Amino acid sequence: MKPAWAVRLRRDKWLYILLLPGLLYFIVFKYLPMWGVAIAFQNFQPFVGFWNSEWVGFEHFRVFFSNPDFTRLLRNTFLLAVYDLVFFFPAPIIVALLLNELRIAIFKRLVQTMVYVPHFISMVIVASMTYVFLTPQGGVLYELIAQLTGAKINFLSDPDWFRPMIILQIMWKETGWGTIIFLAALASVDVEQYEAAIVDGASRLQRLWHVTLPAISHVIVILLILRLGNFLDNGFEQIFLMTNSLNRSVADVFDTYVYFVGITQGAFSYSTAIGLFKSVVGIVLIYGSNWLAKRFGQEGLY
Amino acid sequence: MVSKHRTVGERLFDGFNYIALAAFALVAALPFVYMIAGSFATEAELTERDFFLIPRDWSIAAYQYIFSSDTIFRSIGVSVFITVAGTLTNLAFTLTMAYSLSRKDLMGRRLFMNMIIFSMLFSGGMIPGYLVVKELGLIDSYAAVILPGAISAFNLIIIRNFFQQLPPGLEESARIDGCTELGVLWRIVLPLSKPVIATFGLFYAVGHWNNFFSALLYLNDHKKWPLQVMLREIVMLSQLAVGDLSNMDPNFVTPPDQAVKMAVIVVGTVPILCVYPFLQKHFAKGVLLGSIKG
Repeated sequence: MKPAWAVRLRRDKWLYILLLPGLLYFIVFKYLPMWGVAIAFQNFQPFVGFWNSEWVGFEHFRVFFSNPDFTRLLRNTFLLAVYDLVFFFPAPIIVALLLNELRIAIFKRLVQTMVYVPHFISMVIVASMTYVFLTPQGGVLYELIAQLTGAKINFLSDPDWFRPMIILQIMWKETGWGTIIFLAALASVDVEQYEAAIVDGASRLQRLWHVTLPAISHVIVILLILRLGNFLDNGFEQIFLMTNSLNRSVADVFDTYVYFVGITQGAFSYSTAIGLFKSVVGIVLIYGSNWLAKRFGQEGLY
Repeated sequence: MVSKHRTVGERLFDGFNYIALAAFALVAALPFVYMIAGSFATEAELTERDFFLIPRDWSIAAYQYIFSSDTIFRSIGVSVFITVAGTLTNLAFTLTMAYSLSRKDLMGRRLFMNMIIFSMLFSGGMIPGYLVVKELGLIDSYAAVILPGAISAFNLIIIRNFFQQLPPGLEESARIDGCTELGVLWRIVLPLSKPVIATFGLFYAVGHWNNFFSALLYLNDHKKWPLQVMLREIVMLSQLAVGDLSNMDPNFVTPPDQAVKMAVIVVGTVPILCVYPFLQKHFAKGVLLGSIKG
């Protein structure tokens, strides 16, 4: 008598064949690199290979934490994440609330069509346009600001302006698109609630506070959890493109540092250790923020 | 839905609202208009005028210059190839896996799903990923740009959920009629999934067109670089020697740097703008699908 699992295997043979390419993909490109983090504990030398490279335990972590770069990276990564949370995160919410108040449907649709566009163009184009606008060699914004305030600020290289520039860039690119999820939540609010509020004499502001905001609070919390879970992820491509030797001191974050140290300088093991550190912190953050949300009475992600 | 008695305060707010949102929409759109305008402007105008939306004197010198050699053409061709081949690869891998995982009685289903979800939370990082591609001998090949991103776990889950929602009766009757699993997938499920395939096909395609970093990382041969990498070289690294002046009229004056940069930016943006109406329709639906299923 054949065992049950063999019968099912035979019956679903084609399903497993269909599953195979995807399965191989995950094994080779997701799980193999996961095991590859083991090189963080080695002095990995590509020519001798994985099994012949010497094991050094937590040496790279020790070196990294005592490296002055570490505090700089931590500060840069953290500050950018905080700025992002404080300035960028609320922006789509506010714009969605404003859009929701529009009565002329065609105006609303036109605005939406226009503000979604930046989301689809590549980060390279956004960075390139930023460059063209801000370059000291005739950039329009550069000239305008120089004329208005007399200050010739090279935003592209001035460390003091790096963080604001990054945040403004991401706000320009993603605010419009970010409103979609909030508009969907707002659209699902029961119209009767509004009418009841009006009958009760509620002003616009009161309607906002008592009807509108509670309706989208769940969406806000979920997105906040996700954002906190990704707290140390700074948008690699954007930072990479805007980093140069002049603003390095504030621009280097964990992700770009891993690239520079690992790929351009070839310190495979060291950079993997840094990446591993960041991944572990990321997991802690995801579970932590999920737990926090549940604590506040909201349904978490899991 | 609105009270008929709007106070002065409310009217004022409405007025400001329209102005503010109009301003926001303009801020989103004007940079593009300026890029197009500047790319068609003469040197004199660019140095003279601060900001303009319509050039006084039109000049196509910038475009003549950037297309005078085949550098830009080639990178556009590369981008098109990667987008088409990449999207087909994505769909092939994602749809097959999603379909097989949508069969609720598949043995090991829970294990596979957990495996996929875990891969979304933890990753080996850039360096181990690079080393795997290197060990596979894929460095400097287009496969290195296409394969590591073959399946987006997020898309996979949404598509799987979609397949699960299809009425089981259809597949049952097809199977009774002697259809194999492959046949069911090909003849019944996929035709029913056209909107989903279109939406996610577009998701993947835009991702490929906009892809910059993995091309930079894995492709060493400059001739293999897609448009985005070329764009960065020209605009941000000021590697402007793109054109081949020997192909041009001897009286041709090299256009100003700014105009060349803007022309290249326009070339990189126009394809997305052309496809935009489709994107808007499908993407918004996709986002909502994703947010509801969660």
